[in-house]
Amino acid sequence: MGRYVARRLIQFIPVILGTLFLLHMLSTLTIQIVGDPVRALFGPNAPPQAIIEELQARYNLDDPCLEQTGNPCVGLFVDRIGQYASGDFGVNFRGRSVMEMFLERFPVTARLTVIALAFEIVVGITAGVLAGLKKDKLIDNLVRFTTVVLIAFPVFVFGSLALLLVGLKIGLPLRNSDWAPEWLGQMLNVGYDPDYPWLSLVLPGIVLGAFSLAAIARLTRTSLIENLRSDYVRTARAKGLGARDIVGVHTLRNSLIPVITYIGIDIGFLLGGSLVTEGIFNIPGVGQLVFLAIQANDAPVIIGVVTILTVVFLVSNLVVDILYAALDPRIRYD
Amino acid sequence: MTETMSAKSAGASEIADEGVNRSLWGDVRYELARKPLFWVSLMLVLVILTMAFFPQLWASESPNARGACDLANARGKPTWDHPFGYTTAGCDMWSSLVWGTGKSVILAILVTAGTTILGVLLGTAAGYYGGGTDTIISRITDIFFGLPFILGALVFLALFPERNVYTLTLVFVVFGWTSLTRVMRGSVIATKQKDFIDAARALGASDLFIIRKHVIANSIAPVIVLATIALGTYISAEATLTFLGVGYQRPAASWGLLVADGQTLALAGFWHLLVYPCAFIVTTVLAFILLGDVLRDALDPRNR
Repeated sequence: MGRYVARRLIQFIPVILGTLFLLHMLSTLTIQIVGDPVRALFGPNAPPQAIIEELQARYNLDDPCLEQTGNPCVGLFVDRIGQYASGDFGVNFRGRSVMEMFLERFPVTARLTVIALAFEIVVGITAGVLAGLKKDKLIDNLVRFTTVVLIAFPVFVFGSLALLLVGLKIGLPLRNSDWAPEWLGQMLNVGYDPDYPWLSLVLPGIVLGAFSLAAIARLTRTSLIENLRSDYVRTARAKGLGARDIVGVHTLRNSLIPVITYIGIDIGFLLGGSLVTEGIFNIPGVGQLVFLAIQANDAPVIIGVVTILTVVFLVSNLVVDILYAALDPRIRYD
Repeated sequence: MTETMSAKSAGASEIADEGVNRSLWGDVRYELARKPLFWVSLMLVLVILTMAFFPQLWASESPNARGACDLANARGKPTWDHPFGYTTAGCDMWSSLVWGTGKSVILAILVTAGTTILGVLLGTAAGYYGGGTDTIISRITDIFFGLPFILGALVFLALFPERNVYTLTLVFVVFGWTSLTRVMRGSVIATKQKDFIDAARALGASDLFIIRKHVIANSIAPVIVLATIALGTYISAEATLTFLGVGYQRPAASWGLLVADGQTLALAGFWHLLVYPCAFIVTTVLAFILLGDVLRDALDPRNR
């Protein structure tokens, strides 16, 4: 176990440096080709050269290598890594620190992601187990059909429709009525309400988790079916174990291994999806920060926040990978 | 052992039933032709493709044509003559949706073609040659996997002042080639260990000949399945990025833009502005995913 964790940690260093370098290289290359974002900010009414130069200096865009197309700007990358290490992810066009804005908004996004994860894991695994145990029966076909349809719904489509049909058509009468409990109306709210930091995130969380729920259900189903066919299940059955023990103790634990891998990857998807969900439901989280930055054409914020989110994604992936070893002895003793 | 035995007996009984010995792809065709879901999704895909390439067959007038839209009709509710109503710009919703199909679908086809070519080439190189080639390609894939698709595409696209089908395709291919490469690599490694590859080598075939004639043909099946499903997800990703404001730009007729327009107005009672574009996106994505699903069932012999 210790050796596995150590090896995973050592492997993590080149991956995180590589990913940050990729992000850096792609953004520099784009700036080299299409011109820097400071000029794009002003459009055709360019201010005096001195102002442009001052702004370029403030956003670290004054490096001469940004004008040499094809130059990977390794020096700039080393500088940036130093800044990242000290928590400096740049400033927005109004001069506020990106890291500060990120930290201010992160708790909301973290709650949203936790709700989405809890929802997709509980419902997804339950649906997957039910479908896998009754392969080709009614419930299996129902789960397979629902999951295909769910996968076809992009987050923003599902979110917009949920806002219209659930938040407004069902939630509003509930919130206005006397008989419905307060929590029920808040659960189906059209936006974020700081008085109900968890409840008002339930509907957005469900929207965010819906796609991955389908993926988790299908993954659980396939891997359960495959495992139920294996020899050790036959042995367990021959020993006289009941169905509950076979599924609960032996099969489920093995079937969840690919599901856990998926959840690691899924955190990246949820962070991307939170941009959309937070934009639609007007939730003051990190996603909305990017959503607003896109509309304001504030490139430093977009690059800064995406860099932080990428680091968050890679670290949570690492954690999932280490947890994984606790579940699968084949990896632990490798 | 049990697997090969059951496969043999299944093969034997099929031969006895049909009296013919089908090839792998003949088997797949036979399997597919019996499935109603295959025909349904194929019909849907064909309808969508004709809408994408020949929109004039489905809606006579392009919403971008001169005089096609009248602001007096803006946000008009559905009527008997125009069952889909009018967009916020006063264009007919049905023709906007039909002419918008091409934007999404042609992009998805270009991206799928690009990622499949890259994925097959790199995956085959990594899987067949192994060693250093494999290490380099796999590590680069790992690094690209570290960047979630939507986030990566977003940074890149936000820096482009103008975005059209070519810049979008470029960005999507840059971030999309990894999963197909991984699948192809795995599939090639499995194929490489088969006896017929050894046989071909023993007969003196060159590496390139073996790759061309044997390896690619026998390992491409999972890639085809994944590419079909990916086509659907690219349509969904394009609509998402356009909705966020980093995809197609106005005045292009695009589904993502129509949803973005309709999203707030739908709450004010103009539900058709939101529901119809959503229905088009979902149906299109669903058609490709279903087709991919049916293909997977037909191509995976373990399911028989």
